Amino acid sequence: MSNILEIRNLVVSYGGIEAVKGIDMDIEQGKIVTLIGANGAGKSTTMKAVAGLVKPKQASITFDGKNIVGLPPDQIVAMGITMVPEGRRVFPNLTVKENLRIGGYLRKDNLSKDLDYVYSLFPRLKEREWQLAGTLSGGEQQMLAVGRALMAKPRLIMMDEPSLGLAPLVVKGIFDIIRTINESGITVLLNEQNANMALKTAHWGYVMETGNITMQGTGMELYENEQIKEAYLGKSK
Amino acid sequence: MEKRLQPRQEKRSVLPAILIICAVLLVTVLLDNILPANTFTLMLIPVLRKGAIYSLVCVSMNLLNGFTGLFSLGQAGFMLIGAYAYSIFSIPADQHAAVYQYFEGGAVRFSIPEMLSGVLGPNLGSFLGAIICIIIAGLVAAVFAALIGIPVLRLKSDYLAIATLGFAEIMRAVFQWNGLGRITNGSNLLRKYTAFTDINLRLGSLNIKLATFFPFLIAILSITFIVLLINSTYGRAFKAIRDDEVAAEAMGINLFRHKMYAFIVSSFFAGVGGALLAMFQTTVQAAAFKTAMTYEILLMVVIGGIGSISGSCIAAFLYIACSEWWLRFLDGGKLFGMSVPFFRDGFRKVVFSVIIMIIVLFFRKGIMGDRELSFRRKPRQSKGKEADANG
Repeated sequence: MSNILEIRNLVVSYGGIEAVKGIDMDIEQGKIVTLIGANGAGKSTTMKAVAGLVKPKQASITFDGKNIVGLPPDQIVAMGITMVPEGRRVFPNLTVKENLRIGGYLRKDNLSKDLDYVYSLFPRLKEREWQLAGTLSGGEQQMLAVGRALMAKPRLIMMDEPSLGLAPLVVKGIFDIIRTINESGITVLLNEQNANMALKTAHWGYVMETGNITMQGTGMELYENEQIKEAYLGKSK
Repeated sequence: MEKRLQPRQEKRSVLPAILIICAVLLVTVLLDNILPANTFTLMLIPVLRKGAIYSLVCVSMNLLNGFTGLFSLGQAGFMLIGAYAYSIFSIPADQHAAVYQYFEGGAVRFSIPEMLSGVLGPNLGSFLGAIICIIIAGLVAAVFAALIGIPVLRLKSDYLAIATLGFAEIMRAVFQWNGLGRITNGSNLLRKYTAFTDINLRLGSLNIKLATFFPFLIAILSITFIVLLINSTYGRAFKAIRDDEVAAEAMGINLFRHKMYAFIVSSFFAGVGGALLAMFQTTVQAAAFKTAMTYEILLMVVIGGIGSISGSCIAAFLYIACSEWWLRFLDGGKLFGMSVPFFRDGFRKVVFSVIIMIIVLFFRKGIMGDRELSFRRKPRQSKGKEADANG
């Protein structure tokens, strides 16, 4: 299998402070890849750099062999990369349906088939179709954020901490959906602090610490790793 | 006046909306032609005309402030540009010498309504001529908006407000500058151009005055356009930008381009509003387009509800009626025939300010909030009730 996304020597700095210090990552087509690490490790920044939301200081990022560094976010979305932002960030004063239609904003073709697809993944959203997104529960908002990103028909979907602030049962549902999305052929890049769920779900994992990638391996390898267990999975000593 | 078209009810609410608009337009024709001139109609008719103009200006401001989340305070500046563009192109050729008496008759020596009158007859000519001049007024304002938008729209919230406010003030100074006198007449009045009272319709021997019909027609057409825009894909993108810029950008909405669209459209209609105001006043002077005018419009938008088109319209009519008519008695010095010492010039403004403070304190979200007038009964949204049900 080929790599859909290749990141080489990505450096991002915020006003002189380097948040990401020259990392390399490969994301294989059709896989779930997770990036785990503590707060401030640079996971979100990496994603934002791929999405074009922050400008890297230096990098080579190729999507499908094409360079995407320096492209504006709308062109990157049009190429097939969408992001589910951290903290859901649905549009609170728009209805559920309007939110979903915004997700497909750059598409010129008919959205109704994809609306039906999203509603089949999340029947709850269908029930709340005309409700303002701000009135949804946290879990429903996360479903909406994922559904909204799917409306762009992405080939790579990047999710920034989808489990943030959600009840364990809801988190399990979200991860089930991530697997379903992946089985439909969409590559997933997942940022998580919930290393337990993320590593069990992912095919490949990267561990990030203070701007560097310190470890990588298959999801299960990392899950079994003693150091990881201690640092992220909360093993009792 | 305008309805939010909820997708499912769209077809059903279009027809009544059109009927109401036609009824309103018919009433405006009747007001001008049937009602006798007395103290009541002498107050009512100007208030209606000015109310229609301010409705349009408020809705155009609401498009920016309420629907796109851009806090802009340049409205008076764009109205000024519109008012001048309209007047300059519609002053009759033989009046130029009189109007531009200090500037050798001015640089623009033709009048669009007059030229059309030569071809189409005086009535249709001034009607179409006025409309063309109004469109020119909008376009000139839109061009200024496009130019000023390039640097200014990269700013956020308060900074944008300050920059647009500054722009409006600069415009006011530039239009009064004698160097441009051959076009703008410096700090002197522009007058003699086509006004509302010049718009008539002749049917046989019957002369039908359209002086109130005309501003209502233009305002309704413009507001309808803005409502359709807000309900379109672009409008959704505007609202997405208002709700969350970062998420909108992540969804592939080009922030700068869409802010520019909203700014240009809003300024276009501010220019149209300025042209209508010029027609209403029959004279135009740059000095009148003060920052206070923008604040007045902003106040109407806030009173009506930020993000509500019908709220803006209702508030505009109420505000104009209060300030021009209903609260006038406070300045007269008498109440029920008795003289009251503190009822003198300016007291109206004191009372008016108190009313506004009450509205702002007790109706925080304005009269309408972000809702719209609608014909059907909306299913109540269970706001907040479900919010914490599921994590």
